[in-house]
Amino acid sequence: MKTSNVEISNQTPHGKGEAKVLKALVWAAGIITMAVLLVIVLTVLINGLPHIKPSLFSIHYNTKNVSLFPAMINTLTMVGLSLLFAAPIGIFSAVYLAEYAKRGSKFVAFIRLTSETLTGIPSIIFGIFGMLMFVDACHMGYSMLAGALTLALMILPVIMRATEEALHAVPDSYREGSFGLGAGKLRTIFKIVLPAATPGILAGVILGVGRVVGETAALIYTAGTVAQIPKNIMGSGRTLAVHMYSLWTEGMNVDQSYATAVVLLVVVIILNLISDLIAKKVNKANQ
Amino acid sequence: MKQSKHPGQGKEKTMQVVFAACACISIIAIFLICIFLFANGLPGMAKIGFGKFLGGTVWRPANNLYGILPMIVASIEVTIGALIIGIVIGVLTAIFLAFFCPKKLYAVLKPGINLLAGIPSVVYGFFGLMVVVPMIRNTAGGAGLSMLAACIILGIMILPTIITMSETALRAVPTSYYEGSLGLGATHERSIFRVVVPAAKSGIFAGIILGVGRAIGETMAVIMIAGNQAVMPHSLFAGVRTMTANIVLEMGYATDLHRQALIATAVVLFVFILIINICFSIFKNKGDNH
Repeated sequence: MKTSNVEISNQTPHGKGEAKVLKALVWAAGIITMAVLLVIVLTVLINGLPHIKPSLFSIHYNTKNVSLFPAMINTLTMVGLSLLFAAPIGIFSAVYLAEYAKRGSKFVAFIRLTSETLTGIPSIIFGIFGMLMFVDACHMGYSMLAGALTLALMILPVIMRATEEALHAVPDSYREGSFGLGAGKLRTIFKIVLPAATPGILAGVILGVGRVVGETAALIYTAGTVAQIPKNIMGSGRTLAVHMYSLWTEGMNVDQSYATAVVLLVVVIILNLISDLIAKKVNKANQ
Repeated sequence: MKQSKHPGQGKEKTMQVVFAACACISIIAIFLICIFLFANGLPGMAKIGFGKFLGGTVWRPANNLYGILPMIVASIEVTIGALIIGIVIGVLTAIFLAFFCPKKLYAVLKPGINLLAGIPSVVYGFFGLMVVVPMIRNTAGGAGLSMLAACIILGIMILPTIITMSETALRAVPTSYYEGSLGLGATHERSIFRVVVPAAKSGIFAGIILGVGRAIGETMAVIMIAGNQAVMPHSLFAGVRTMTANIVLEMGYATDLHRQALIATAVVLFVFILIINICFSIFKNKGDNH
């Protein structure tokens, strides 16, 4: 008893000093993180904004106007195409995992392991795989389609995971109510469960869109680096992020590359705002 | 029983098969990635010689010398450097967010960290070129395109991963731990650092491992700021070339054995990632059981 008393009385002043240091440390870390973000945003804006000119948005790219308009259209195409593959497959996989599969089955554990592994694979590996499989083995050549298929694999686990979580958050009473009214399982899923889970699914899809918009390494050797809008999806075309990188490596139009950074950043900020809004909606609904 | 004779039964069964088939696609994808990478990379590696490829210190495709040891070492060293920055700032920021941050600041900081996660890697590379590289050039001399620049940018890039995972782990620790420690007379800070943080150890480690994967696999930002010299890294201020950079820089014009050597570089990187993934699931499961 006596010794422990002594320890406690020794500890109190020591503990106060320690507390101050620790508090200062965590505050410093929080401030550094915030400052880093601010500096990044400001650097991009200060260096890029002065180079944004109307000629950058000309319909066709040539070496004089260095237009980023084709790259914007290509980015939209790439987003649409990769979602066309990844969204249905991702949502359906999640439906299987959440609504059909037995909890704790080995098959489910295996699917989860593979989708987690997919999440961890760096984009350059996807790029090389896409080049070997879609561009070479499937004879697609450098094309929007090859790029979109590669990116679809990249965003598949993102959409799967968000959808699964959203489906789990739908209360069982919804399903029971629907069954009670005589609806089959399929009808219940499509008419009751999926609509209720839509905001969560949307959040996952937007996360996927963000990844497509920012992707470079997986696209250079799958969709190629042509600076025009391709005639069809079998043509090569570069998205904004690839456009920015290509301009920088070519070294001739670095200013326009900085301007592209601004456009990219604005797109990413808008996507983030949308997903935040949806997340707030989801939280409110759950409360 | 009536339900099973429902006319929609065939449709129900078909759709269940469709759902299951979709769920199999991620399994198929992983298998295809493994098969395509190994089938295209291993023959090249064998032709060069596994020892010469993995242990060779000279990369000179013009002379048929394909040693990627400098790139392996560079990737590992850059990752370690990034981790030092990422762990210190990341874990402390997570503790800040979970236990110290005023609500109003949290409402700004949290979306800010999500934004940090969403910024494309080319934009990080651009930021590195505009801010970090000149800073190093002015203080240490040289070109500024260096391992240090890569460490700093990668350290920033893995921040959101480490922060988000650590914060989740910290919040999952039962409040009774914290309250118990307070009850024993420890301060708020001491309770958090000595009781809550150790209890969240597994989750924090899982976040750090995820960060390792991101850092070692990052490509575009590194290419723009690391200098890309394919030589053994000898100083923090010298240029280095990582495995990822090696692939992207030369794939555009490589043919034959050179191309195979680049694909083999991707295989080596892939093996690193698989090992990292296994470590991640071990720590994650530990955290979940906890």
